[in-house]
Amino acid sequence: MQDIVLLEAVHKVYKMGEVAVTALNGISLTVKKGEFVAIMGASGSGKSTLMNILGCLDSPSQGKYYLEEIEVSNFSKNELAEIRNRKLGFVFQNFNLLSRTTVLENIELPLIYGKQLSKPDTDRVHQIIRTLGLEEYQKHYPNQLSGGQQQRVAIARAIANNPTLLLADEPTGNLDSVTSTEVMKVLCDLNCNMGITILLVTHENDIARYARRVIILKDGKVLSDTPSKSSTTPASQALCETTS
Amino acid sequence: MPTLFKIALRAIMRNKLRSSLTILGIVIGVGAVIAMVSIGQGAKSMVEKQLESIGTNVLLIIPVSTTHTVTSARGMTAGFATLTIEDTMAIEKECRAVNHVSASVRTTTQVVYGNQNWTTYVSGVGPDYQIIRNWPLESGRFINQRDVNIMAKVCVLGQTVVANLFGTLDPIDKWIRVKNVPFKVIGVLNTKGESPMGQDQDDVVLMPYTTVQRKIMGVTYLGIIFASSVSADTRFEAIEQITALLRQRHRLRPHEENDFTVISQVEFASTIMETSRTMTLLLGSIASVSLIVGGIGIMNIMLVSTTERTREIGIRMAVGAKEKDILFQFLTEATVLSSIGGLVGIIFGIVLSKLVSSFGGWPALLSPPAIAIAFLFSNMVGIFFGYYPARKASRLNPIDALRYE
Repeated sequence: MQDIVLLEAVHKVYKMGEVAVTALNGISLTVKKGEFVAIMGASGSGKSTLMNILGCLDSPSQGKYYLEEIEVSNFSKNELAEIRNRKLGFVFQNFNLLSRTTVLENIELPLIYGKQLSKPDTDRVHQIIRTLGLEEYQKHYPNQLSGGQQQRVAIARAIANNPTLLLADEPTGNLDSVTSTEVMKVLCDLNCNMGITILLVTHENDIARYARRVIILKDGKVLSDTPSKSSTTPASQALCETTS
Repeated sequence: MPTLFKIALRAIMRNKLRSSLTILGIVIGVGAVIAMVSIGQGAKSMVEKQLESIGTNVLLIIPVSTTHTVTSARGMTAGFATLTIEDTMAIEKECRAVNHVSASVRTTTQVVYGNQNWTTYVSGVGPDYQIIRNWPLESGRFINQRDVNIMAKVCVLGQTVVANLFGTLDPIDKWIRVKNVPFKVIGVLNTKGESPMGQDQDDVVLMPYTTVQRKIMGVTYLGIIFASSVSADTRFEAIEQITALLRQRHRLRPHEENDFTVISQVEFASTIMETSRTMTLLLGSIASVSLIVGGIGIMNIMLVSTTERTREIGIRMAVGAKEKDILFQFLTEATVLSSIGGLVGIIFGIVLSKLVSSFGGWPALLSPPAIAIAFLFSNMVGIFFGYYPARKASRLNPIDALRYE
């Protein structure tokens, strides 16, 4: 299967004034198409930095990053923006929706950059809205929705451009357990039924359980990389079987 | 891209009070520029019209030295008698740069028609006076050489005199009385309007100068000699020739001052023109300063706006907005603000110039190029002052922007 993500000895060093802080210290990993990976680790372990680099929001100081076999580690800001636009989707802890902008317009946001909205695009957006059960909220504003609904809008926005990789940074961090489960179900469903590759950052074991592979970071290095150990049948597979 | 305008309009509508205050700065700037330029243009056109009314290439020879103080009684009397009919004839014959000359003498007196009377200037002039002053007749004929020779008791009336003595009647061939002497009206002049000094030039009765000298004033000297140079370019040559001739005729020694003065009306009027042009420029630049201040207002508000919306910028960047997308977004916003200001400012400027002209009695001439330039300038102000905040926004690091609280 095709490698979606290939990291080769990636380092990231920040300069905080005089002191150089090593956030990533030689990370190598591959993610294959259709995988659902959870990245865990204590705070300061380099999760966020890794996510920023994987999400093309930042470039590694050293090492190589191939996204769909294209080396993006030395791309310019504008080239990275284009990669984010075409190949990546983001789901954040605090939703990061545009306020005073309707749900529909929030979801269409990635599509308006770089090109005009085409008919297949709008059809696709409507399909996504239906899939995520947001039809009746299209004209609503984010502050009129509950947390779970807002996160569903964010997910819809993340997949509007049909990304090869969906990055979710603590997507349930601001949600109660019931809505968390709901959101995780949505992600699992996207992974199983739409084949979207998902990388999930979390510090909750309950959430990581939904992934089929768990990578644990420590001090900027991969500590362990194992299949989900919570049960013989990961939660996501169970979900897949029930939904499909 | 229409999406950019939609985003810009939404951002502007988000904070209505703030946007309107920012726009107000531009409105005042553009309005002031338009009003000031129209007022200046109005003044200029007024002066131009008056300049035309004087007559082209007109020279005045007055019997007073400009270096003599007017308070000197001796200087005045000495001056008054210096110009003669012979001087007039000599100028006509000998000065090559001069093509028309008319002697003139003037007094203020009452003229009577029926039971109407009117106090006005009675000017004695020669036949060339009409040509020199470029003053067409409305009806009848002008004074001719024969009238001058025989001291004919005829007169030509200005419009103000006609209005006050005759009302709607036709004055031609009627008789008016001046100091109990009857004069026949042979012509009526066209309206001339105000002189640059603000005098009503139509408040005048013209007669042959010989008639005024003998029948009305009982004098032999002349008041003023009117002359015209062959062309506008020979004006200075004509002044030199007249000065040399009159010095010779008046037997002035080299160290003696002139006992007369040659004035070119064009010089006088162009001084006024120059003044009004300077005024227009000055008013325009003061108004432009307020437009620039309005631009600084836009810059200020755009800086606040981009800071407030750092997270929005981060989100947009995360989903793939490039630097130029963010740059154009905020540049569009600034330009939309300033062009709304520009459009409202045009209306404001038009209203302002109408108000000033109606209250100040000063003509305001709306100049379409000035309006277009003010509008374009307001847009440029928007782009210029919007560029820095927009660039600042576009250079944000998406990670920091997303984390901004």
